[in-house]
Amino acid sequence: MRLIAERLGLVRGGRRLFQDVGFALGVGEALAVTGPNGAGKSSLLRLIAGLLRPSEGRVTLEGGPEDRTTGTVAHFVGHLDGVKGALTASENLEFMRAILGGRPNGSSPLATLGLGRLADVPAGMFSAGQKRRLALARLLTAPRPLWLLDEPLTALDAEGQTLFASLARAHLSRGGLVVAATHAPLGIDGARELKLGGGA
Amino acid sequence: MSEALRAIFVRDLKIAFRAGGGAGVGVVFFLALVTVVPFAVGPDMPLLSRIGPAILWIGALLATLLGLDRIFSADREDGSLDVMMLSTTPLELIAVAKGLAHWVATGLPLTIAAPLFGLLLGIEPAALGTVTLTLLIGTPAITFLGLVGAALAVALPRGGLLVAVLILPLTIPVLIFGVAASAGTGPVPFDTSLKFVAALSLFALVLGPVASAAALRHIRE
Repeated sequence: MRLIAERLGLVRGGRRLFQDVGFALGVGEALAVTGPNGAGKSSLLRLIAGLLRPSEGRVTLEGGPEDRTTGTVAHFVGHLDGVKGALTASENLEFMRAILGGRPNGSSPLATLGLGRLADVPAGMFSAGQKRRLALARLLTAPRPLWLLDEPLTALDAEGQTLFASLARAHLSRGGLVVAATHAPLGIDGARELKLGGGA
Repeated sequence: MSEALRAIFVRDLKIAFRAGGGAGVGVVFFLALVTVVPFAVGPDMPLLSRIGPAILWIGALLATLLGLDRIFSADREDGSLDVMMLSTTPLELIAVAKGLAHWVATGLPLTIAAPLFGLLLGIEPAALGTVTLTLLIGTPAITFLGLVGAALAVALPRGGLLVAVLILPLTIPVLIFGVAASAGTGPVPFDTSLKFVAALSLFALVLGPVASAAALRHIRE
């Protein structure tokens, strides 16, 4: 499976965010998208997920399932956590699992992310870091090869950041692909870097 | 796919009926309106019982419009709409599940409360039955027409008024035939009006989800 972006360009609100962005990402490879605030990192991720249409160029997934779009084989964890405060952690996760088409696997993703004891606590009571952990837990509920992560380390403590790095490495070793917009080092060895808006 | 739809339906209901969910808001608004009208109209029981069905329908219509704009915008604000867009389940069916959940949380309680509130307006027992029946058949039309407005205004902060303005003209036929059927005063017989209400509901049930899915896809542009 290869994720290929060709000559991508995006104009939003009359302003050009980026142009001529291209990369090819193979199995087991990670791509760190870096750049100053407003360079279009989040937009690039939304574009890959199909949540935004590119102004120029295209994104293709080679060797993926024929009848699925790139978005439906991808996990997208944006800067919003997608967590409902009125629901408990396990209800939130169970909902995400059903939506993303994963098999029931109990509350083990919650335990992995260190939220095992908080499974029945309404997510509205969670801190920003705990919400982020809950959002990341959905990566484990449904197996999807492509992870699109927008600032995955935001609000995570040191232990959480190490945990994320180990989850991402495990995903890559299983033949997954990771594209992450980030300011901080992801802790993934051999991650390639795509710099947006660097003096352009 | 059906698992995903059931999950959306159950989740939206849970959120609506838990603290701060807003499922009760419509019924309370409905009650407020129905209580105030007799004071405004004055102690004229025949008049009150004659306009009673119309008051119930207006109340139900406005109460349904109240929480409509949050159907999609709440999910967009917290990012869960993005996840739904990445589901293999078609967006049209997701819209159906969300519309149904919204109707069960608002339209159905209004319908159940209608016969009770009708007593406050001095409506005859037989007319109470028909007005409740027309509300049961007609409120889904309001919800599913509203779905389109909710999807169109999804990206707008405080889009509630816009949704009401967009949707209100479309709900006028439902209101006309709904009141005609329940008051038995329309130009056509009772069952003809009732069939029109049913037809409008079925029309909205099909068109609403398709149109709202198209509107949601449009925000990718």
